[in-house]
Amino acid sequence: MTQSPASASPAASSPTGRGPIGTRHLLHQQPAIFEQGTAGRSGASLPPCDVPAVDPAACFGELSRAQPAGLPEVSEVDVTRHFTRLSRWNYAIDIGMYPLGSCTMKYNPKVNERVARMPGFAGLHPAQPLSTLQGALELMYRLEEVLREISGFARVTLQPAAGAHGELCGLMMMRAYHQSQGRHPKKVLIPDSAHGTNPASASLNQFETVAVKTGSDGLLHADAVRAAIAQHPGDIAGIMITNPSTLGLFEEQIAEITQAVHAAGGLVYMDGANFNALLGKVRPGDIGVDCMHFNLHKTFTTPHGGGGPGAGPVGVSARLVPFLPTPTVEKDGDSYRLDWHRPQSIGRMRSFFGNFGMMVRAYTYIREMGGAGLSQATEMAVLNAVYLRARIQDVYPVCSERPSMHEVVVTDKRLKKETGVQTLDVAKRLMDYGFHPPTVYFPLVVPGALMIEPTETESKETLDEFADALLSIAQEAAQNAELVKSAPHGTALRRLDETRAARSPRLRWLPASATPAQKG
Amino acid sequence: MSKDYPNDLRYTNDHEWVRINGKIATVGITAYAVEQLGDITLIDLPKEGEKFARGAQLATVESVKAVSDIYAPVSGSVVKVNVPVGDSPEMLNEDCYDEGWIVELEMSNPSEVDQLMTSAQYEKELSDNAH
Repeated sequence: MTQSPASASPAASSPTGRGPIGTRHLLHQQPAIFEQGTAGRSGASLPPCDVPAVDPAACFGELSRAQPAGLPEVSEVDVTRHFTRLSRWNYAIDIGMYPLGSCTMKYNPKVNERVARMPGFAGLHPAQPLSTLQGALELMYRLEEVLREISGFARVTLQPAAGAHGELCGLMMMRAYHQSQGRHPKKVLIPDSAHGTNPASASLNQFETVAVKTGSDGLLHADAVRAAIAQHPGDIAGIMITNPSTLGLFEEQIAEITQAVHAAGGLVYMDGANFNALLGKVRPGDIGVDCMHFNLHKTFTTPHGGGGPGAGPVGVSARLVPFLPTPTVEKDGDSYRLDWHRPQSIGRMRSFFGNFGMMVRAYTYIREMGGAGLSQATEMAVLNAVYLRARIQDVYPVCSERPSMHEVVVTDKRLKKETGVQTLDVAKRLMDYGFHPPTVYFPLVVPGALMIEPTETESKETLDEFADALLSIAQEAAQNAELVKSAPHGTALRRLDETRAARSPRLRWLPASATPAQKG
Repeated sequence: MSKDYPNDLRYTNDHEWVRINGKIATVGITAYAVEQLGDITLIDLPKEGEKFARGAQLATVESVKAVSDIYAPVSGSVVKVNVPVGDSPEMLNEDCYDEGWIVELEMSNPSEVDQLMTSAQYEKELSDNAH
């Protein structure tokens, strides 16, 4: 079954005349795999069973299934077509610009994949004897070395599997540090411009979060931090600060803030998700940060999102080194070993060595770019955001007059007032122009936020197409608001009922024969 | 716009409203908060008998856009919870001042009410921040 062709396509008004690229897929109505096939169909031809049949109930008692599992009965071609069709609904950085703010969706160079697929890396088993893993250990040792050089930290653990896992790891080390001093402070300061995962990580570590408000200029002020500290004397475990903040602004008072937190006995955790704005320019270890996670899948071009997994190494200042997860990779002469004897360690954060394949890709990227190349990438990332800001800010007002770093946060304030069209409508309409929408309604401190991070990947031509699309949508809003409010028009599925999906989620497929109770 | 912010209520910076009746303070969220949140999908309510200091996290509200905390506008203990709102959070979108009230608190320090804003002050606060 096919849907009617897309209407109201912006192809004619597309600035390039190329028409949409992100929505140019076949308009299949693809049923769930469970709804395909027929009883007895199979993708494999197995020889007849030549051993006695076993009755599961006799072997496993009540653990055995009362009913068959209800697996799809489909052929190989059914499966191939199903997932290939679904994949053509997908959007990826290899298709087009992916300006998802705070996510650093930069291009993943193919050389990374080539190196990660070298048999000497791809064929390893983590349980091999260490003497046969020397190359992998050397790569991990060298990756730690370059991350230390980049960040100014004393040591780096590569174990955490993602950014939030890195936050968890860092806060566990901070707690262990305080306990080693005989202290048990409970409060972690978190500015309202921090990443949303920060309060969750603090709570998981049994800390209590204290929200600190940013000033009207969007920056975190040392005075506000000192005032928050004064309200909880002797109970400050630390601060979690995102720099640049989620407003895309460099925290200019960071040095004064770290001094104030240290003076109160606290430690400074910096969320490194926005490190793409600082790489080669600012070393967090040099400005008093005690702990920071890197997102290899953001800053260091390993796959992000569905292409993951992620990797969230954590760098620490000298005083947190004793608490690093075990094992660490150490070098003895010409060989590498694992150090398990670290009595104050918080223990293991991840099975085996963490997501090793991502370490190979990130190390490849860093060596491919070199120090000067990484600095230049940072400059281009910031320049791209600043350029986009300049192109759109008359129509989409910026959240702060302070200079933008690697991303720019704008609002729907003017558009909404003049046309009734809101951020969500703009995001949906962008899909008709072939772009993945930016992050919307985040950070929460900016009503109707559109958070745009172009990264250094995009050329001036692409940035212009994207800016032209945003400006064109604003014109459409003025002339025919309904066109924008009912977007997207060119996608396989039109605007989804997100409210109903959230209020009555259906999280798994059920057969048509399911009872109302089963359907929930 | 005054009907958006009824005169008989008091308001906080965090967009909660309070209706005072003797020692009982009924708490909800303002039309501005509801508009900012968009369609509300979930509300996590406190239990009767729970005590809250002024400014402590009283409830959590989740919408298609965001998860936000609701703070206790005054100190007190929960004497009544609006259970239907927990089952049908869309009531907050439909009628945030009457049907969509959230909890009733028995105030432990009624003088805190003096620190809450009047509807005129709250509207001025909103327009100052809108600049």
